[in-house]
Parts: sequence; C-alpha cells; structure tokens
Amino acid sequence: MTGTLRLLRSALRRDRWMLLWWAVGLIALYWLTAVSVAGIYDTQQALDEAAAAIESNPSYVALSGPAQGVDTLGGQVAWNCQVFGGVVIGLMTMFLVIRHTRAEEETGRDELLRATPVGRLAPAASGVLVSLLASLVIGLLCGLSVMATGLAPEDSLAMGLGLAGCGFVFTASAWTAAQVASTSRAAYGLAGAAVGLAYGLRAIGDVNAAWLSWLSPIGWYSALQAFAGLRWWVLGLSLAASAVSMALAAWLITRRDYGAGLVSARPGPAAGRMGSAAALTARLHRPTVLGWMAGMFLGGIAYGAIGDSPGEMLGDNEQMTEMLAAGGVDLLDGFYGTALVMLSVIACGYAVGSALRPRHEEESTHAELLMSTRATRVGWLLGHVAATLIGSLLVLASAGAGLGLGYWLVTGDGAYAWGITWPVLQYVPAVLALSGVTRLLYGVLPRWCALGWLPVVYVAVVLFFGEMLDLPDWSRWLSPFEHLALVPAADLDPTPILIIGAVALALSVVGQAAFRRRDVG
Amino acid sequence: MRDVIEIRGLVKTFGRFRALDELDLTVAQGEVHGFLGPNGAGKSTTIRVLLGLLRRDSGTATVFGEDVWSESVSIHRRLAYVPGDVSLWPNLSGGEVIDLLGQMRGGLRADRREELLEAFELDPRKKARTYSKGNRQKVALVAALAADVELLILDEPTSGLDPLMEATFQRCVREFCDRGGTVLLSSHILGEVEELCDRVSIIRTGRIVETGTLAELRHLTRTSVRAELAAPAAGLGELAGVHDLIAEGRRVSFSAETDALDAAIGQLSEAGIRTLTSQPPTLEELFLRHYGDILEDEPGAPTQDDGR
Ligand SMILES: Nc1ncnc2c1ncn2[C@@H]1O[C@H](COP(=O)(O)OP(=O)(O)OP(=O)(O)O)[C@@H](O)[C@H]1O
Ligand SMILES: [Mg+2]
Repeated sequence: MTGTLRLLRSALRRDRWMLLWWAVGLIALYWLTAVSVAGIYDTQQALDEAAAAIESNPSYVALSGPAQGVDTLGGQVAWNCQVFGGVVIGLMTMFLVIRHTRAEEETGRDELLRATPVGRLAPAASGVLVSLLASLVIGLLCGLSVMATGLAPEDSLAMGLGLAGCGFVFTASAWTAAQVASTSRAAYGLAGAAVGLAYGLRAIGDVNAAWLSWLSPIGWYSALQAFAGLRWWVLGLSLAASAVSMALAAWLITRRDYGAGLVSARPGPAAGRMGSAAALTARLHRPTVLGWMAGMFLGGIAYGAIGDSPGEMLGDNEQMTEMLAAGGVDLLDGFYGTALVMLSVIACGYAVGSALRPRHEEESTHAELLMSTRATRVGWLLGHVAATLIGSLLVLASAGAGLGLGYWLVTGDGAYAWGITWPVLQYVPAVLALSGVTRLLYGVLPRWCALGWLPVVYVAVVLFFGEMLDLPDWSRWLSPFEHLALVPAADLDPTPILIIGAVALALSVVGQAAFRRRDVG
Repeated sequence: MRDVIEIRGLVKTFGRFRALDELDLTVAQGEVHGFLGPNGAGKSTTIRVLLGLLRRDSGTATVFGEDVWSESVSIHRRLAYVPGDVSLWPNLSGGEVIDLLGQMRGGLRADRREELLEAFELDPRKKARTYSKGNRQKVALVAALAADVELLILDEPTSGLDPLMEATFQRCVREFCDRGGTVLLSSHILGEVEELCDRVSIIRTGRIVETGTLAELRHLTRTSVRAELAAPAAGLGELAGVHDLIAEGRRVSFSAETDALDAAIGQLSEAGIRTLTSQPPTLEELFLRHYGDILEDEPGAPTQDDGR
C-alpha cells in the first residue's frame, strides 16, 4: 500500500470536477428539499394531509420509501430525499471506483503506475479511498445543509451519515464488480445492477414484504428512521457490509491475474461469419441489450408481484378510498401507471448508453478501421441507430412483460395483466427522444457527448421531485414523460406520442447529418 | 505511369493549429512509397485525409483519380489500411476480425489467409483482448495483405513486430508489389524503408521537404572522405562544398557535397593519394539532416507536441 496517499492526492486532483458536480447535485437535492418542504407544508394540517396521501398510495411508497414520520417536516424531508439520494450516491461511487480500478487496468495506464515504487494494491486503494472519502464528505455536507434549515441536528446528521453509509456499501460492491468482470463495460453493468437491485428490493419490501428491505443498503438508509425514532445501530449494518465486501474484493485481487477477470478469456472461433458493419454492430450491442432486458424483466416482475395488494393498504381508510374514487383515479391503475413511467425513465439509461456506443467505437479507433473499408459513414451510424431503436423496444417490452407476468402470477387476472403490459410501448418514442439528444451531440459536438446523460437526470428529477419542488410548468413541459397519459389510469392519447416521436426522429436525423460532415476520430 | 495518390496544396487545421500546410504528394502505380518524418509531422493526419476520415480545409487529394472525401467508398473498395495503433474489439477472436475486415473489403483469398497466418505465426483463436501489441498488429496486417486490393496504406505497420516478423512483412509486401500493387508506407524503421521503398517523401511540420528515390536523396547529402597523402594537400579549404576539414600533416578528412566531390578528389590526387576511403551518407545521416536542419534554418520554427 506504499504510495497510496500520494496517489490519493493525484486521484483527487484528477476527479475534482466530477466530484464537485456530484457533490453539488446531492447537496442541492437535500437542501432544496428541506427548504421547499418547509415552504409547502406551513401548517400541521397540510402535513397531515400529505402524510395521509403518502400512506394511502403504495406507488409513492414504492418510489420513495416507507411512510414514516411523514407528518413531520423532518420526516417529509427524509422521505423525499433518502431513497433517491441512495441511488445517486450509488451511481457516483460506481463511476469513481471502476474508473480508477478496472478501467485503468484495461487501458494499461495502471501498469505505468505499478511499475513505480508503489504497493500492488495502491492504485486501486487510492480510487476506493477517493470514493469512501467523497461519500463521507458529501454525506456530512448533506446532513449539515438539512440541519442549516433548522431541523433537529441529530436526525439531520443521521440523514447525512446514512447517505455516506450507502456510498460505502456501493463503493465496496463496485470494487468487487471490478474484480469479477474483465472489462470496464461489464463492471459498470454489474455495479449498476447492484444499485438497481438494492432499489428494487426495497421497493417491494416497503410495499409488501418488509424483510426484503432489510437486504438492501438503501433499505437500511430508510430503516435508520431519521426524524421518526432514530436508530443509530442500523448504520452498523452498512459499515459491516462494506467491510465484508471490500475484504472480498481484496481477496479476489490476489486470486486473479493482472488484467484478467475472475474467469479467464476462452479462445474464440478461428474464422468469423460476420461480414458487414451491421453484423458487427448487432454483435456489439447484443450483450448490453440482453443484460438490460433481463434486468428490466426482473424489475417488472418485482413490481407486478405486488399484485392487487396496493389496494389492501387502503382497507381501513375509507375516507381516503372515497376521496380517490371521487377524483376518478383507481388506485391500482395509478400504481401501475406510475410503475410503467418509472421503468421507462430507467430505460432511458439504456437508450442513452446505447447512443453513446458509436462514440466509444470512434474513440477507441475501431471506427477508423471500419471506415477504411466499404462501410459508409451513414450506413455505419444507421446501424447503431437501428440497434438503439430495436434495443429500446426490447428493453421496454421486457419491462412491460415482466410487470404483466408478475401481476398475473400473483393474481391470476390475465385481462388486467395485459392491461398493464402493452401501455409500456407508448413510452418508446419518449425514450428514443432522450437518446436523440445524445445522437445530436454526437454529430455536432462529439467531445461533449457525455452531456447526453443530463436529460436523463432531468427527466428523473422532474418525475421524482416535480411536484414537491414545485417546478415551474415550462420546465416540466420539457420532459416528454409529462405529456403522456398515465395509462391505464387514463386513456391512451396518441397525439403526444406522435409529436414526441417526430421530435426524436428530428434530433436523430440532424445528428446523423452532422456526423456525415465532420472529422472522424 | 498513372499516379495512384495525388495530393496538391493540402491544408488541414485543427482549431488554430495547422497540421498540414500546403502538402504535395504523389504516389505512382506499382511503387512502394516511403512516408517519413519526425513525430507529429503530420503523417497519420495525411493518411486520415486520404481515407476520407478527416475533412480537408483546402487543396485537392485524389486516390485512383477520385476525390477522397466525396468518393471515399468507391476508393475504399480498392484499398486496405493498417493503422499505427491497432485497437481491436476485445471480445472478437483474431480470426473473426480478419474475416470481418476481409469481407468488408470485398472478400479474402482463403489460401492467402492461411499462408499469412502461418507466415506470421498468428493464432486466430485468441480473443483480441488477450493479444500482445505485436500480435494485434499482425491481425490487421493479415487482414490487409489477404484482401484483394490494389493499394495498401500502412501507418507504421511494424512498430511492434520482432525482427523475424519484420522480414516476413517485407517479403509479403514485395509479393504484393509483384502482383502490381501500390503501397504507401509510413515508417520510422529506416532499414525497412531502405529495403522496400522505391521513392520516399519526407514531411516536416505539415510540409513535404524532400521527395525522390533514395539515390536522389543521397545525392543531396555529403560523402565523407578520409585520405593519407604523399604530401600535404593545399587548397582543399578554399573549395566550396567541402566541410569539416581536418588536416593533420598528411592525413586529411572532410565531408564533401556531391557536386564538390570531383574537385576535391582532384586536389587530393595532385598531392598523391596513398590510401583513400570514402563513405556514402548512411540513411541515418540522411534523415537526421532532414529531420533536424529545418530547426537550424528556422530558429522560430514551432516545436511539435503530439497531444491530440
Ligand atoms: N484530432 C486532432 N486534434 C488536434 N490536433 C491533432 C489531431 N490529430 C493530430 N493532431 C496534431 O497534428 C499533428 C500531426 O499529427 P500526426 O498524428 O499526423 O503525426 P505523425 O506524423 O503521424 O506522428 P507520429 O510519427 O508520432 O505518428 C500533431 O502535432 C498532432 O498533435
Ligand atoms: Mg502517426
């Protein structure tokens, strides 16, 4: 481990902008939530009403966590931030850790470092330390920013440390993923799946089966019960789990060869059958699409398996049932309509990642080699566009199929199951519109391609916080998902679907046209 | 003979940086054309313009008489390219990459593919991710050499090959030329250039500073002469074109420009030659001169950085 500190300093310097943006994003999330909650719920009656709405609506619980202490200001803040914050810090640590471990090893940069007088674990350890340190500092700052709005100091601090705890666990799981997978792409996939699994487990757990939430680090964050009977000891679970997982990663490092994953590469065929850019493109996209399909299918099943029991939560709350019925919204329909939107917003992650693939091909000079052959620019890029389109369709369809299947398995009600399966397809144009932004950047400003992730963040923030942050109408208007009817709770409306489809097409076409005229490489 | 590659006044800028500055280059059919120059001179940039990957700012560039930007696809049907830094798809095996590129170049000769795999001692079953640098390069070379094309564009194709494979490479390129092919070869390996190239062009800071056969280029540099004389030679120092003269009694050594050689030897034989050794310039000297002298001539010449 010699040299770890020196490497740590250089890693911090290298990551300073990235760290700053994650920190600003998370702190803003906590602080703005605390400020706006205090603004919106200025009377106890307002709080009680909000609490009743949350308690009675399982889609809220599935989205944001169990309703605990939500009739207090602090409880509201915690409920609004915590689950989402846990996911965000999970993604942050995933990027930090894999960037410093598997990605460095893959590109051979790590080799340069290892040849200098630093310990064998030092380069990886410095990356992991950056991630742990970032989690802790960001967590503390988030806690302080909540405290600064005048909420109880101890509980505020717990909110911050709980966030750091999530960061610790996901740091450790990402580090483990980096040992198991042999490419950074696969490592991101595994680590991302871990975050998704943690979110999904607690979603089902919070609605239906509390024990499942105890398997998830994000579930532990809620179980800390900040502002609702604080239980400090739960934090110990995060610490223990991250220690175990980090020990596992360190052990795996000694078990595997440098540069390899846990399973060493097997020889491939001596001759190939691929003969066109299209065939290669399909081959390159296939594993990612299959991974996402599997993940979304399972996610769908998990939600669907909640069955019709969301309604049961209302059983003893007649007043609430009447209110909802008067509003014309069937609770079950609302629940599954929201689930579909949420799965679709997650699928945007697939679509944008997929639209970034040509950039990766270009940066690694694969595109250069291909374009010295008969492959045309237009044809090559069109192949990737087609892959994103078909992939998005398949990923969304898997999510819908999972949802319907889960529901059908639990309730046996095939007709309703079908009714929550097909509407997922209405989100295809919206998902493609988000990837269209990336496509446009790719054609016009290839170096800034990664900014294509911003719209995904934006859409997620609008979905999760639009109501609570009281975002102005125009800003919600920008998110395509806000224009679509919440099928099955509302009737399908084809007009916005067609308009969004046209926007997606236009973005993609302009991006492709710009690509024809620019330098490759 | 028809020119396969013809570049006139080619300018390519990256932002404010002029990577290619009025570059002219012609490669005739059937020749192996060496493309030399110091790091960052613009060799790879020229090649990328030829492949239609980069858009030029001005000038003309044609391959097979067709414009490199607008007709790139029809040009690509007839050429194969080996990049300097071969990066392959990590999960494909070498054989899959060779066949993929071969199909995309309009088909591979299966017999030649086998021969080349054997000659280069390449195991096509390995995943690209597990190949060494040299082996990655061999994959690209086999794919290019097995294709049925008229022009090879090779950008430092042998920078990772061992000497044995270097010899194999040279043999294969010669066979390719025997079949009537044309080659543009960018390289830093002078032995390879000397063995293979009919003509060379030397590029510096985006311009061609010298072009011609190796013999012609040698002509431009100095021959070093050493002699033992019967009597001290007079008048050598006054001759234009004689440099670095060292006279110690009856021993002299100097270097002479080609045009001054005759006069200088005349002076020596007047004094009576006992022994005489003369050396034509080595290739290294040739290139050191061309790589270095412009900096001397132009003190303000920009220094090159290779950051992309
Ligand atoms: N995409 C780019 N953006 C900015 N500058 C570039 C780009 N590509 C090349 N350059 C610059 O253009 C110059 C020429 O680069 P080029 O790669 O053609 O050199 P080269 O002659 O191939 O050198 P080497 O022998 O090292 O391969 C270099 O100074 C390089 O930094
Ligand atoms: Mg180069």
